[in-house]
Amino acid sequence: MITLIYLIVAFSIAIALFINKNKIINYSLLGLFLMIQWGFTIYACLHFHATELDYFTFDALGILLLITLSVISIPAAIHGFLYIQNQQGPARSRSIFFAAIVGLITAIGAGYLSNHIAVTWIFTELTTLFASALIYHHRNKLALEGTWKYVFICAISITFIFIGILFLSLSLMHAGSSDLSFQNLLANSDKLNPYWLRLAFLFIFTGFTAKLGLVPMYTAGIDAKDTAPGPAAALLSSVLMNLGFVGIFRFYSVVANTSLHHWASLVIGIAAFLSVFVAAVYMIKVKNIKRMFAYSGIEHMGLVMLGLAAGGVGYYAAVLHIVLHALVKSSLFFQYNQIYKVFKTKNIYQIGNYFKYNTTGALVILLGFISATAMPPSGLFVSEFLIFRSLFEANQIIVLILILLLLTMIIYAFGKNIFKILFLPAVGFNEDSAPHISPWESLTQYILLAGAIYLGLNPPVEFVNLINESIMHLPI
Amino acid sequence: MIAVLLITFLITLFYMAIANRMLTYVKVLALQGVLLFFVVFIQLSEINVVNLIFILLETIIFKSIAVPLFLAYILKRNRITREAEPFLPNFVSLIITTVIVVATILLANSIQEPHLDKIFFVVALSTLFTGLYFIASRRKIITHVMGYLVIENGVFVLSLAVGNEMPMLVNLGIMLDIFASVLILGIFLNKIGDVFKDIDVNQLSNLKDY
Repeated sequence: MITLIYLIVAFSIAIALFINKNKIINYSLLGLFLMIQWGFTIYACLHFHATELDYFTFDALGILLLITLSVISIPAAIHGFLYIQNQQGPARSRSIFFAAIVGLITAIGAGYLSNHIAVTWIFTELTTLFASALIYHHRNKLALEGTWKYVFICAISITFIFIGILFLSLSLMHAGSSDLSFQNLLANSDKLNPYWLRLAFLFIFTGFTAKLGLVPMYTAGIDAKDTAPGPAAALLSSVLMNLGFVGIFRFYSVVANTSLHHWASLVIGIAAFLSVFVAAVYMIKVKNIKRMFAYSGIEHMGLVMLGLAAGGVGYYAAVLHIVLHALVKSSLFFQYNQIYKVFKTKNIYQIGNYFKYNTTGALVILLGFISATAMPPSGLFVSEFLIFRSLFEANQIIVLILILLLLTMIIYAFGKNIFKILFLPAVGFNEDSAPHISPWESLTQYILLAGAIYLGLNPPVEFVNLINESIMHLPI
Repeated sequence: MIAVLLITFLITLFYMAIANRMLTYVKVLALQGVLLFFVVFIQLSEINVVNLIFILLETIIFKSIAVPLFLAYILKRNRITREAEPFLPNFVSLIITTVIVVATILLANSIQEPHLDKIFFVVALSTLFTGLYFIASRRKIITHVMGYLVIENGVFVLSLAVGNEMPMLVNLGIMLDIFASVLILGIFLNKIGDVFKDIDVNQLSNLKDY
C-alpha cells in the first residue's frame, strides 16, 4: 500500500515540477521528494521481505540498491540545484530538469524492487523517457544528436527485452504455468524449455546491455553521458546502470538454476571481456573528460559481469563492485561540473593545473582516480581482487592475464589524462578568468568516496548479509 | 484466412524492399496496420471484449491512421526528398529480404513446439529481421523510424502467437508500441527536422571522443 502511495506521490511531484515554473516551489518540491524517497527507503528496510501491490518485493538486492540510489539522490539534487543556479537558464528548462530527475529516480527505484520481469521492463522503459529529457537539457545540436541516438537504441533494446519475454513465456508454458514473476520462474526452473529459454536469455541480455553499458549496446549510453548535464550524467552512469544489472542479474539467477548455466556464463563472459577490450581501446584515444569517465564505467561493468560469469566468490564481488562503483563514478561526475565551471570546456587539452584553481576539487579527482582504478585504499580494490580470484578459481588463467593487460592499458591512459588535468598547465587558458569554487561543493564527493572505501575495507555485517542473501539463489 | 492475411503481410515486406518513394513506405505501413487488425479480429476471439476493443483500436486507429498521417505530415513539412536513397540497389534488397524469409522458414521447421503457431513465428521473425535490415541499409533518419515501426509490427505478430494464453503480454506489447512510437515520433522527429535541415544519418556524427 505504501508503495502505491509512494509511486503516486513521487510521480505527481514530477508532474507538479513539470507544470510549475516558480523557483521556490520547484526547490521545495525537490526537497519534499528527497524526504519521501528516504521515508520510503526506511519503510522498505523496516519491511524487509514484504511484498506489496503483488509486483514489488523488498528483497535483499532491491533494498541494497535502493539505499545506494537514495544516498546518491541527495548529492544529485544538491548539484542539480547548483548547476541550475549557475546556468541561469529559462524557468521552463529548470522545471523540466527537476521533473525528469525526480521521475528518473522514482522509476529506477521501482525497477529495483519489482519481482516480475515485465514490471522491471516497464520501469526500464520509463527511465528512457526521463533520461531523454535530461540528455536534451541543453537544447542544441549535439544534445539532439545524443538524445536521438539514446532514444533510438533504447527503443530497440526494450523491444528486444519484450521479444525475450515472449520467448520466456513460451518456455514457461512447458512448465504449465503463466506467471512470469522471478519467484515462479525460479520455482519452475527445472521445467523450463531450454530451447526457448536460450533465445529468451540472448534477447533479454542484449536488451538490458543498453542500460548496463556493455557490448553490444553500450554506444548510446556513452553519448548520453557526454551530452547530459553533470548531475544527470552521474545518475545515468551509476544508478541507471545498476538497473540494467538488476534486470540481467535476476534473470541470470533463474537461468543459472537450469542446464543452461554454463552456456549463459559463457555468453556473459564474452560480452564482458569485449567490453573491457572496447573500454581499453577507447580510453587510449579519448580526449573528452566526460566520455573518459563513461568508458571507465564500461570497463567496470565488464569486470562485474566477468565476476558473475566466473561464479563462486565472483557473485559476491559483482554485487559489491556494482554498489561501490556507483558511489565512485557518481562522485567523479559531480566533480566534473566544477571543472567545467573553471575551464569552460570538456577537452582535456584545455584543462590543466587543476590543483592551482580548486585544491579540494582536485583532491576529489585524485581520490576518484585512485578509487576508479582500484588502487589499494579504495573499496574497489577488494571487489576487483575478489573478481580476479574468482577467475583464477574458475581456471580462466588466460582470460585473467588478458584482462590484467587490458586493465594496465586502461590505468595508463586514465592516469595520463588525470595527471594532465591535475598538474600540467592548460593550453591557452586565461588564469584571470578562473572563478573561485567554494570548497563546500566538493563535500558530497568526499562523503561518497569515503563511503566506498569504508564499505570495501570494513563492510558492516548487515551489508555483507544483504549481499550474501541477494546471491543465495545462484548455484555455487 | 489467417494464413492468407499473414502471407499478404509478408508480401508487403517484399514490396517495401523495392519501394522507391517515401510515401509508398507510409502507405505500406498503413496497410500492415489494417492487416494486423483483421489478424487480431480472427485470432484473439477468446479473450474478453474490453481487451479486444482496446487492441483493435490500437491497430486500426494508431497503427494504420495516426502514425501514417503523422509520417506524411513530417515528410511534407520538412520537405524531405521523395526518394528513399538506400545504400544498396533495390535488387539486392529484394534478395536479402528473400534470404531472411527463407532462413526463418528453415529455422521454424527445425523447431518442435506445440504451443506455437509456425506461420506466426515465421512472419514475426522475418518482419523483425527485415526491419533491422531496413534500418541498416537506408540513409534517412525517417526511414530508420519506419524500420523501427516495421520491427514493432513484427513484435506484435509474435505477441499474438502466444496471445490467447497470455493476453497480458499482448497488452504489454501494445504499451511498448504506443510508448516508443510516441517518444520517437512525437518528441524528436519534429525537433530533428528543425535542426538538421536535410535529414541524413551522416549528419549525426558530431559526438566524438576527441
